[in-house]
Amino acid sequence: MNLSIITENFGIYAEGLQNTLMLVSISLAIGLILAIPLAVLRCYGSQRVQLPIRAFVYFFRGTPLLVQMFLVYYGFGQFEVLKTSIFWPFFREAYLCALFTFSLNTCAYTVEIIRGAMVATPHGEIEAARAAGMSTPLMLRRIVLPSAFRRALPAYSNEMIFMLHGTALASVITIVDITGAARIVNSRFYSPYEAFLTAAVLYMAITFTIVFFVKRLENRWHRHLQPQQQTAEDN
Amino acid sequence: MSLLHGYGPSIIEGTLLTLEVSLLSLLLAGFLGFTGALAKLSPSPVLRSAAQVYTTVIRGVPDLVLMLLVFFGGQILVNQIGPYFGYDEYIDINPFIAGVGTIGFIFGAYMTETFRGAILAVNKGQIEAAYAYGMSSFQVFTRIMLPLMVRHALPGFGNNWLVLIKTTALVSIIGLDDMVRKAALAAGATRKPFTFYLVVAINYLLITTVSIYLLNYLEKRYSVGVRREE
Repeated sequence: MNLSIITENFGIYAEGLQNTLMLVSISLAIGLILAIPLAVLRCYGSQRVQLPIRAFVYFFRGTPLLVQMFLVYYGFGQFEVLKTSIFWPFFREAYLCALFTFSLNTCAYTVEIIRGAMVATPHGEIEAARAAGMSTPLMLRRIVLPSAFRRALPAYSNEMIFMLHGTALASVITIVDITGAARIVNSRFYSPYEAFLTAAVLYMAITFTIVFFVKRLENRWHRHLQPQQQTAEDN
Repeated sequence: MSLLHGYGPSIIEGTLLTLEVSLLSLLLAGFLGFTGALAKLSPSPVLRSAAQVYTTVIRGVPDLVLMLLVFFGGQILVNQIGPYFGYDEYIDINPFIAGVGTIGFIFGAYMTETFRGAILAVNKGQIEAAYAYGMSSFQVFTRIMLPLMVRHALPGFGNNWLVLIKTTALVSIIGLDDMVRKAALAAGATRKPFTFYLVVAINYLLITTVSIYLLNYLEKRYSVGVRREE
């Protein structure tokens, strides 16, 4: 092990870390924002609305992220129509292609997670909301979605970690994320241990940070479900 | 297959390699998962913490990073160790072995959790009854434990398998001729990348869809003895 390789290339890793964090947070944000209305439509929409959402989810969950990224980054260039359209500057950029693919991918997984949580709503809660005269949007906003988010949180934290690991693929299409930085260092000094172990440690640090904060959020959201703290008078 | 500009057979070859890598990694993952699960449930604290470190590290590091580490790092390691065993020639690490090894190692960690849960889910009374009949530990394991835990392990096992198949796409990055790489080669030659990557995507969908049907069948078969509610 030659630690000086890591310290000398600190700048590359810092750039990589920044790119990874940007890719993860932006794609997770876009994915989540798109996923919530799609999950609602997947549960409450008509058959004609549900079918394309199901196809979207089926495709993105059934194929490797790498292939999806290649389809967008290399594949879209095959269409002359797209090449002459105003969208071409967008799809010509590796970074934006990666962001586009990651967002759609995490969106598809998140739709399934939220849908699963919505389906698991106890029937009595829905009956009670109906009996209180709530309209469907009001019921969704006040009853179904808040409890669905709580139930979805553990699965969603897994999805966040999977997405973090997924962004490592961006290095394949020339983006310098953490893995990209490690690949540069490895090819420059032929020192795979230093290069990739540093990357591994950085990813682990981000993973555990995510786990830590989700755990805190979980405790907050589930506070009403925890056993009440016993006070001295109770004993 | 004039439809694929004559590249049909090459894609099929790649598909077979993808399946080969998947199945061999699954075998390795199953073995490691079983060992890991037994280690996690063993009374020895050393084994328990070793298994804990294994599953934690794997969950924290992306598969691509691990694969590159094994591929490039393994290369150096093998050549450093080689001379001690009287091997003086330069050894090239095989991407097939690196790929199967890494994917098997990664999914071994996920299988560890699945199998651990399944072993814990087996009813204690069944085991006690088996011992009461005078069965040996080995008999209890093969006759009672294994058939009963399959039911509990299948859903998790199936999920791991579906994720594993998709992870095999990464072996194309370390130069293995799986279907993704075959598609990349065909795409380069014909300038039709979308067509070829779409074909590969549909191939993956076919494999996963068939797997889901098979897994559902197996789950039904192994749950014959369970009364369903409703």
